[in-house]
Amino acid sequence: MKAIPLAYSVRNLWTRKLTTALTAGGMALVVFVFAAVLMLDAGLRQAMVSTGQPDNVMVTRRSAGSEVQSGVERPQAALVEAQPEVVAASKETVVLIAQHKRDSGTVSNVTVRGLSPQGIALRPQVRLAAGRMFRPASTEIVVGRSIAQRFAGTGVGERLRFGARDWLVVGVFDAGGSAFDSEIWGDVDQMMQSFRRQAYSTVIARLADPGAFDALKRRLDSDPRLTVDVKRERQFYEEQSAALSGFISILGLTLSVIFSIGAMIGAMITMYAAVAGRTAEIGALRALGFRRRAILTAFLAEALALAALGWALGLGVASLMQLVHISTMNWQSFGELAFSFKLTPKIVLQSLAFAAAMGFAGGVLPALRAARLSIVDALRAA
Amino acid sequence: MQFLKLIARNALRHKLRTGLTVLGLVIAVLSFGLLQTVVGAWYAGANNAAPDRLVTRNAISLVFPMPLHYRDKIRAVPGVKRVGTANWFGGIYQDPKKFFPQFAVDAAQYFEMYPEYRFAEEEKRAFLRDRRGAVVGRKLAETYGFRVGDTLPLRGTIFPGDWSFTVRAIYEGAEARTDTSQMFFHWDYLNETMKRRVPRRADQVGVFVVQIADPARSAEISQALDAQFRNSAAETLTETEKAFQLGFVAMTEAIVVGIRVVSFVVVFIILAVMANTMAMTARERLSEYATLKALGFAPGYVAALVLGESLAIAAVGGLVGVGCTFPVAAWFSTQTGTLFPVFEVSLATTAMQLGAALAVGIAAALLPGQRAARVRIVDGLRAIG
Repeated sequence: MKAIPLAYSVRNLWTRKLTTALTAGGMALVVFVFAAVLMLDAGLRQAMVSTGQPDNVMVTRRSAGSEVQSGVERPQAALVEAQPEVVAASKETVVLIAQHKRDSGTVSNVTVRGLSPQGIALRPQVRLAAGRMFRPASTEIVVGRSIAQRFAGTGVGERLRFGARDWLVVGVFDAGGSAFDSEIWGDVDQMMQSFRRQAYSTVIARLADPGAFDALKRRLDSDPRLTVDVKRERQFYEEQSAALSGFISILGLTLSVIFSIGAMIGAMITMYAAVAGRTAEIGALRALGFRRRAILTAFLAEALALAALGWALGLGVASLMQLVHISTMNWQSFGELAFSFKLTPKIVLQSLAFAAAMGFAGGVLPALRAARLSIVDALRAA
Repeated sequence: MQFLKLIARNALRHKLRTGLTVLGLVIAVLSFGLLQTVVGAWYAGANNAAPDRLVTRNAISLVFPMPLHYRDKIRAVPGVKRVGTANWFGGIYQDPKKFFPQFAVDAAQYFEMYPEYRFAEEEKRAFLRDRRGAVVGRKLAETYGFRVGDTLPLRGTIFPGDWSFTVRAIYEGAEARTDTSQMFFHWDYLNETMKRRVPRRADQVGVFVVQIADPARSAEISQALDAQFRNSAAETLTETEKAFQLGFVAMTEAIVVGIRVVSFVVVFIILAVMANTMAMTARERLSEYATLKALGFAPGYVAALVLGESLAIAAVGGLVGVGCTFPVAAWFSTQTGTLFPVFEVSLATTAMQLGAALAVGIAAALLPGQRAARVRIVDGLRAIG
């Protein structure tokens, strides 16, 4: 069976430039929303996954939903530290402080973490970007990159007032896009004193062998002296973003699907018009010996080419969104969290499939109508 | 009359095309309206705030409590009418996904300050008598099927352990926008239990809700109140209830902005579809327009024909879309349960929906109308679809 050359379909789009541009433009907007939502979710997940180290274990009070809610009493913390699987442990205090944003002046909750040099060593992804690390047992603090960009009074050399004390910012650290970039770090004992805390918030422990996690968890869970939850750090941070991630993806995908109906209708109108305007041409093609199936394919190809154009446009604009950083409150931790749009190969393919589905759904009915025209009627239509 | 008839005839010439365009408009207007309503729901707390209520919290941040003895000091500040204590409980009912707000409050004071929560007198008395009693809002009760007398178990996250309450009353909202998705129980019960379980965390209050006699003096009283606790272990920050609620909105500003942007994207999507319809229509009818002009009709008349058709289609789509918004919003509200405590389509939203539809109708007709008005009679008569 002879096929109609692809050039026939593509050149038809080229002839009606305004219609093609408008239809593809509508599809491009839908692809943009679709891709942007997936990119946002991917960015959030990446920030959270890179926060946790695979061989670190997070110990919180049982049922505490976040580090801020958690409290581990000193004897319990000592007990966790003394477990045989643990090679290094950091007892930390985590609180939220309300701080003003630099540009808008609005107040947002910033996570403040009190930790020891050992705790810093447990986060190898953290590097100093400016200044130096805080000195133990001092009221010096270092701030994450996103905090330094967004919050007032967080530049190196500036002083920040919280917990009835002034804290000197001595450095800015880069945590590689992880959640730590949205934190302020200082000495654990100084922090506990100013916030009048008697108990630690969490204990982070590094295991000699990550495979020993299950044995450790079983032992700590069954210890009657302890009321703690033991989780791999990576899993803990994934759960921290579950609510936000679920909200973004559900809302975003629902919107994409609803919006795509609009774009499909646009494609359908265009394709129906293309079929109606070319009835005589279709009759001529049939008379030349092209089968119904070839006509169907040619019109579907036209709709798909339209969708491909929309996809390229939409994804192109969406990829620019990678330059944008989003900063919002993470519902689970109640603290500010910064993350960015992240384009992954998977999203490129997903949005291509989505655009193709739109093109197919919009093009299939008009293409069927074109294929069903009888030769005589079609030729007479001219 | 002739003009309107011509427009109607033209609009109905391609029934399928017009039908599809109207359908697209309906979907766009509907989703635009729903998204605006979601944004509105974000501000529900701030919109429900009363001007005579202030909220006092720890100046460091909301996660830090204040000592209970602050209550008497606050009450002594001139202009203060009533003080209530409230703690965010944050317990888990069955599954973390089944989230709803829970507050421990000193009921006798607290509900006096919130007249918008309406109780059956008998139920309220039963609640006040029962130490472990709880009240739930109508929407919350309907979402999880709570009835008076039911046991309501919660797993504590901030206040450790298992907790059990008995539903003693269900409150109604005075208005449709009143938040009835919350649960309240006795602050004393929380405090006594904490005294036993973790003594050092007893006698700690999350926020004080302060009622003042004269709303005009709120700024002055807030300052006087905070001055009481300056340089103390727990400095306070007092603001109006509205400012307090807007603080929450500001924290999730990025999400609100995102939803707003997306709600306008859908208008542009439908604009592209609608403009395409009108462009195709005008192109196909160029020879007709040329004929009209040859008969002596002015270019303005021809352009008005295109604009009229575009506006007619947009108006139908807009009106049907607005009509669909109310039932769909009601359905959406029941489906999402307590996620959005208040989900009401506002008058402003309806106005914006109609405005967007009209704007699309006008914008879509601009280029095609201009083209129809400018076409030279000779070219138009020569043109083929």
